Amino acid sequence: MTFTRETDHGTPPAIATGKSVTLTIDGAQVTMPEGTSIMRAASLTGCSIPKLCATDNVESFGSCRLCLVEVEGRAGYPASCTTPVADGMIVRTQTERLKQLRRGVMELYISDHPLDCLTCPANGDCELQEQAGAVGLREVRYGYDGATNMGQAKDQSNPYFDFDPSKCIVCSRCVRACDEVQGTFALTIEGRGFDSKVSPSQGQDFLSSECVSCGACVQACPTATLTEKKVVEIGTPDRAVVTTCAYCGVGCTFRAEMRGEELVRMVPWKEGKANRGHSCVKGRFAWGYAQHQDRILKPMIRSSVTEPWREVSWDEAIAYTASEFRRIQAQYGARSVGGITSSRCTNEETFLVQKLIRQGFGNNNVDTCARVCHSPTGYGLKTTFGTSAGTQDFDSVMKSDVILVIGANPTDGHPVFGSRMKQRLRQGAKLIVIDPRRIDLVKSPHIEAAHHLPLRPGTNVAMMTALAHVIVTEKLYDEAFIRERCDWDEFEDWAAFVSQPSRSPEAVEPLTGVKAQDARAAARLYATGGNGAIYYGLGVTEHSQGSSTVMAIANLAMATGNVGREGVGVNPLRGQNNVQGSCDMGSFPHEFSGYRHVSDDAVRGLFERKWGVTLDAEPGLRIPNMLDAATEGSFKGLFIQGEDILQSDPNTHHVAAGLAAMECVVVQDLFLNETANYAHIFLPGSTFLEKDGTFTNAERRIQMVRKVMAPLNGYADWEIVQLVAQAVGLDWSYTHPSEIMDEIAELTPTFAGVHYARLEAEGSLQWPANEAAPHGTPTMHIDGFVRGKGKFVVTDYVPTDEKTGPRFPLLLTTGRILSHYNVGAQTRRTANTAWHPEDRLEIHPADAENRGIKDGDWVALRSRAGETALRALITERVAPGVVYTTFHHPDTQANVITTDYSDWATNCPEYKVTAVQVALSNGPSHWQEGYAEHSRLSRRIVPLEAAE
Amino acid sequence: MNDENAVMSTADRLIYMANQIARNVAVMGQDEAAAMVEDHIRSFWDPMMRRQIVALAAERPDALSPIAAAAVGRIAVHCR
Repeated sequence: MTFTRETDHGTPPAIATGKSVTLTIDGAQVTMPEGTSIMRAASLTGCSIPKLCATDNVESFGSCRLCLVEVEGRAGYPASCTTPVADGMIVRTQTERLKQLRRGVMELYISDHPLDCLTCPANGDCELQEQAGAVGLREVRYGYDGATNMGQAKDQSNPYFDFDPSKCIVCSRCVRACDEVQGTFALTIEGRGFDSKVSPSQGQDFLSSECVSCGACVQACPTATLTEKKVVEIGTPDRAVVTTCAYCGVGCTFRAEMRGEELVRMVPWKEGKANRGHSCVKGRFAWGYAQHQDRILKPMIRSSVTEPWREVSWDEAIAYTASEFRRIQAQYGARSVGGITSSRCTNEETFLVQKLIRQGFGNNNVDTCARVCHSPTGYGLKTTFGTSAGTQDFDSVMKSDVILVIGANPTDGHPVFGSRMKQRLRQGAKLIVIDPRRIDLVKSPHIEAAHHLPLRPGTNVAMMTALAHVIVTEKLYDEAFIRERCDWDEFEDWAAFVSQPSRSPEAVEPLTGVKAQDARAAARLYATGGNGAIYYGLGVTEHSQGSSTVMAIANLAMATGNVGREGVGVNPLRGQNNVQGSCDMGSFPHEFSGYRHVSDDAVRGLFERKWGVTLDAEPGLRIPNMLDAATEGSFKGLFIQGEDILQSDPNTHHVAAGLAAMECVVVQDLFLNETANYAHIFLPGSTFLEKDGTFTNAERRIQMVRKVMAPLNGYADWEIVQLVAQAVGLDWSYTHPSEIMDEIAELTPTFAGVHYARLEAEGSLQWPANEAAPHGTPTMHIDGFVRGKGKFVVTDYVPTDEKTGPRFPLLLTTGRILSHYNVGAQTRRTANTAWHPEDRLEIHPADAENRGIKDGDWVALRSRAGETALRALITERVAPGVVYTTFHHPDTQANVITTDYSDWATNCPEYKVTAVQVALSNGPSHWQEGYAEHSRLSRRIVPLEAAE
Repeated sequence: MNDENAVMSTADRLIYMANQIARNVAVMGQDEAAAMVEDHIRSFWDPMMRRQIVALAAERPDALSPIAAAAVGRIAVHCR
């Protein structure tokens, strides 16, 4: 794609009423949806009306007066952005009088604007410059000697963009983008008349204000007032490639705007169906890790983890990998090796890793990082609905009347979707938040939850069953839906169970800590408030009853008829960019792509015929089982693509012991991550900017990832896996990821219609995409559940075995923050550290006071699994008795603290409940100091030249 | 659970996992729950783990709950 700016129709599309009107614009008769602005109607018919304060991602404002038009029969000159089309209307957009008026307006703007266009970073990409040309401005009669707003100091506090108030025309586009698109309300217009100026928060600079650096204001700015620092540094782009973000499961699509091989900026793509032209600080700005000096670009090997790394050629690294895995299998048996696929890599790369394990190593010892996040979603939704995926697309939230958020923090974890949700809430939808913490959604500008149920960590099942108790005993369920769509006998069994007095909100109040009347009110609202949609995250899954809670959620949705149409549903918010895809691709040790069990002879036969080998019919090892088997001595070799299990998985001591017991650990990654401290072979990986492929987001949307620059390491990740496969004797010969997707489509019924040509044509596809659904499936289970009848499952509350006691009286729960992503390997290597330079321990003022802890003090955090130290943040966001931290920084290693307890069905770790004690400390623990030294020694590198 | 540091051996962990599955489906009643646990272990545990739990059931008969023991007993028949 060469560089062209995206078309801006000036105002958003009209709200659909199904009606249309016919009018005449500059002599041409046009028909438009009712409610469309004249500006948009003109733009859609190819007639461009000059504008400054209008842009089509915010509502019209009518302040700049540049878009004036003449409407026959109406007095004056109405603004085309705020005037809707009407039947029979005759509009003229270009007359001598209009030209004169527009030139006069522009003349006033330019009289208070610097004329430094040639040295301005927006030169050639400035709407003010363009519109001045469009209206034919040739002189400014007022001169420049009077009072102006020029010469004001720039605010360069934000690490990614500058604010130059001298260039501001006070069009309010940035303010409105912050309000309407992002929903943060961080900007305002301060002062009156000539003194009006844009101000972050209460006259603060951008960095210290409430601004979340989503970039919506920068995108909206029509001048160089808000400009990316990269544009200042590099210049304006000369080409653009549409691709998909490699951060969270929202799956935003961006235009990667390039100047040659250099990435200038990532601009959210308005056509993107997941993000609708919006972005967050990570996807928009935090891509500098791709060129970070820490990236490892040469393969390295070592025979022992106590030795320094030795840089070697790709040939040597690949041959050594193959020979080690073959040696281990010959010595210890076929099942002594395995692999871990990455939810950060593409579908195609993930598919190849599991194929390497199954076809090349002859076992099913493959697992993925979804083990530690959404494996309970797979189990729970497959059991109840028949397939392992969320039911809706993101647009669906705009038709919800009641939104129930449980165990998720969308404004931090899935910020672009969080902004969509907030748009709907500002339109009047009701919100129920079930979370131990008072997350931002509970109360933020123009948003307040109808109910916040601050339950004790570990009591999700009791809470959801209590809600079900109210719905069943008060007969608020949808009997017609249940009789038609679900198994009625199973419903009756479930209804009898939840109706027991011991399941009532009053009975479980001592357990959950939630007032019974609040639980009752929330249940009534969800059941009777119209379209009810449930969104959940890792606060549901990462518990010893994660799968039970997912099934309890599904039960609630089925009981109230909230499945199978827009505006409702059960929606897991996926953590990493391709968690959905990695699961879809057969990354679990018990199933092939498309969630089909390895013991199914027909399915296995399909793969055996295609791959020309006999495949193992037995399930393989999950990640924690691999580590157990390693410490027992039966598991010796692990191929890890794009994961850092030492930092991300629970009980770091256990993970380290398992890795240390293996004879060959291969890490394929961008950086020497924490796991690489225990690796013998390092294969440098490529970034999402350096390869082609697809990611599948949380709404099952398969989207293209497009290469915008050559891989710095020499190979895309799929090519590296293919080299390993060839070295172990497999006859792989893919020349492009599209050929891998063709194979996936051939072997996976839900992907049967997914080919690159179709993706290019459609923009994206939501699976199932096959003959029955050639354009994909935005909403699932419309006419019936995938499994036939929806299954109600009785979910008994079984308390976790992780108990508080005298030595560990507090409950620790862990999570993430807006500016960082997962283990922080990417975001810690960007300027996002400006917002979150370290993990902090959130503690309630009462708990802090009892321990003599002041804000910012170093505290020791101890559990039965281990100890670490970090600084305290005193806040009422957490309830008394609960503490919270993030896991983004390896210096803290929050998972030294977390335990081996896990979900009963899937072994997803119980990150959200750890009994701990907190006490004042002098600084980092002995373990942290020892680990820092261990990391330093593990990362020594002997360069290739010296090694030869 | 006491307040001592939690260090679970692989054997203890397998027993814990079997009992944990059993506790979570116990509400179904003894027979149905045992069948459920058996099916779960067959579907999700690799063959070595299944052999280990069968051996552990023989070595430490009191370690498994009645539901877990019944499930493992059925698996043992097929492991012979």
